[in-house]
Amino acid sequence: MSMTLTEKILARASGRPSVKAGDNVWVQADILMTHDVCGPGTIGIFQHEFGRDAKVFDPARVVLTPDHYIFTADAKCLRNIDVCREFARAQKLPHFYDPADETYSGVCHLTLPQKGHCRPGEVMFGTDSHTCTHGAFGLFATGIGNTDAAFILGTGKLLIKIPASMKFVLDGRLPPGVMAKDIILRIIGDIGVDGATYRAMEFTGDGIPCLTMEDRMTICNMAIEAGAKNGIIAADAVTEAYVRQRTAQPYTVFASDPGASYLSVHRYDLAKLVPVVALPHSPDNVKPAAACGDCRLDRAYIGSCTGGKISDFTAAARLLDGRRVAIETCLVPATVEVARQLETETVHGQSLLDIFRAAGCLPPAPPSCAACLGGPADTFGRLNGAEVCISTTNRNFPGRMGSKRSSVILASPCTVAASAITGRITDPREMIA
Amino acid sequence: MSDTIRGKIFVVRDNIDTDQIIPAHHLTLVPTIPEEYAKLGSYALSGLPDSYRERFVPEGRTTSPYRIIVAGRNFGCGSSREHAPISLGAAGAKAVVAESFARIFFRNCIATGELYPLDTPTRLCDDLTTGMEAELDLDANRLTVPGLGRTYDLAPLGDARQVIDHGGLFAHARKTGMIQASADHTP
Repeated sequence: MSMTLTEKILARASGRPSVKAGDNVWVQADILMTHDVCGPGTIGIFQHEFGRDAKVFDPARVVLTPDHYIFTADAKCLRNIDVCREFARAQKLPHFYDPADETYSGVCHLTLPQKGHCRPGEVMFGTDSHTCTHGAFGLFATGIGNTDAAFILGTGKLLIKIPASMKFVLDGRLPPGVMAKDIILRIIGDIGVDGATYRAMEFTGDGIPCLTMEDRMTICNMAIEAGAKNGIIAADAVTEAYVRQRTAQPYTVFASDPGASYLSVHRYDLAKLVPVVALPHSPDNVKPAAACGDCRLDRAYIGSCTGGKISDFTAAARLLDGRRVAIETCLVPATVEVARQLETETVHGQSLLDIFRAAGCLPPAPPSCAACLGGPADTFGRLNGAEVCISTTNRNFPGRMGSKRSSVILASPCTVAASAITGRITDPREMIA
Repeated sequence: MSDTIRGKIFVVRDNIDTDQIIPAHHLTLVPTIPEEYAKLGSYALSGLPDSYRERFVPEGRTTSPYRIIVAGRNFGCGSSREHAPISLGAAGAKAVVAESFARIFFRNCIATGELYPLDTPTRLCDDLTTGMEAELDLDANRLTVPGLGRTYDLAPLGDARQVIDHGGLFAHARKTGMIQASADHTP
C-alpha cells in the first residue's frame, strides 16, 4: 500500500506494516519535550497518576528545556523553573537545559535541533504547539497538552489519529528579499488559519533542496497557524549534513511513495513570491508588504522560534548594514548558540552585533521566548500599551505580545529590518540594489 | 453524569485563540495546584478584546455565570496550553458549542475532562446572544434555546463523550480497567 511520509513514520512507530489516514493507533514516542510553562503541570499529573516515586519511561528520551519565562523577577516563573530542575534531578534526566548554569540553551524549538534531538523518521511530541517545527527534519512532530504528555512520561506511548496529508509543491528559487517566512505566510493567507486543521502539511518540490534547514524550520514552524497537526519535509542531503553534525545516533530516512494519497495539492512558484505581512489580528490576514506602506510602526522585533535563528539575524543585518533604524528595534536570539554567533558571524567584515549597534538597535536580550507571547510585565520587548509592532514571530492574535490594545504585524526578518529603517511597513526589495 | 446542561450562554466569534482564552502572563499558574487551578478560572476569556461588552467572569468574581460557550469557527486555535480548557472548566463552563475547533484544544478538552467540545453545522454565533438561557442535551445531541423556540442539532461526540463523563483520560482509563490504580494514586 502506498503511504505518505507521515503515514510511513507513524506505521513504524506503531509497529504496523502500514497505516492510513483516519486510523487510530498507539505510537511509541522517540522524544517528549516540555518546558517551564507546561512542564510543572505535566509533572504534577504524572506524579498524581503514576505515583510520587514513578520513573519516566526513558530518561534519555525526555528533553526538558525551560525557555518561556526565564529572565524575570516573577516568583511563580522562578518556582516553575525550580520544579523542572528538581524533576530533572530526581529522574536523572540527561537532557535538562538549566537556566541557572552553562547548560542553558534557550528556545526549545531551536534547542532541539541544535542539541541533536531532531532525527529523521522519529516521532516527537512536545507540550508546545510549535513542536511542528521539527517536521523540517523528516520526522513526525506535534504539540500536545499536559495530560497527554504526562501519559507519555509514564508509558512512552500515545493514541493518535493518522492525519490525512495536504501536499504543497514548492518549485523554483526565492528571489532576493523574499524569505521562507514569506512562503509560509502566503500559504496560510491562501488556505486560512483553519485550512489544514487535523491535517499533515507536506512540503515538497524542486525548490526544497535550495532551502536551508533553518528555512525549512521556519516553514514547518507555522503549520500550526493553519491548524495542522504536523508540517513535514522529507530528509535529504541538506538534512543529513545538519543532523550528522549534531548527533551520532542512528536514524531512518523515509519518503512518500509515488502513489500516496493526498487530500489536496497546492503548487507555488517560489520565483513569483513577494515579501508579505500578516496584518492584525490573524496570521491569515496576508497582504503584500508593498501595499501596506501607509502603516506606521512603533517597534520592530526580531526573535522567537520562528524568526530568532542566526539566518534570520544575518538577513536583517544585511539590510541594516550602514543604515539607521527609525523605531525601537528589539533583538532576541533564540538560543545561546545564536547569541554567540551574533558576535562571530559577519557581513562585509563586520560582526552582526556591530552592525546592529551601529544601526541603533537595542542591545540583544538574553535568549528566551521573551515577548513573542507577552509574558510577565517585566518581559523584554513586551507590548505594554497601544503600540504597533512588526515582528518575525508567529502569531498576531489580539494581545499576543502583551497588551490587548497593541497590534502585531508578522513579517520576514528582511521585511522587519526594512520597516525598522523607515518606521512604516516596507518591502525590503526597495533597499536591495 | 447528567445528560443535560442548563444555563446561560456566552457568545464569541471566529478564531478565538488560546491567548484570548487565557492570556500568556497567567501561564505561570500550574493547573495541578488547587488554588492556582481556581485562579486560572478567574482569568478565563480575559484576553477577549474590549469590543466584547460582557465579561465571561465578571469583575471581582472568580467563577462565571455562563455554563455554555457558543462560538464560530476554529475555537481554541493557537497554543497547546492545557490551561485553556482548564480555565474555562475552572470558571464553571461545562461545554463549548462551535462551528469547528482547533485540533489541540479539542483533544485537551477530552484529555482533561473539563468541557464537552461540541460541533454544530449551524453558525449559532449569528443566531444567539450572550445571556440567553439554553439547554444542552448530550444524549440527543441537541441545543435548545427556549427564548427563541429553536433547537439546534449537534454532531455526536462518540467515544469521547464517556471519557469526559468520567473526568478525563486517566480517570476513564482507570474506570474502564485500561490502567491499574497505583498504590500512591489518590483520586
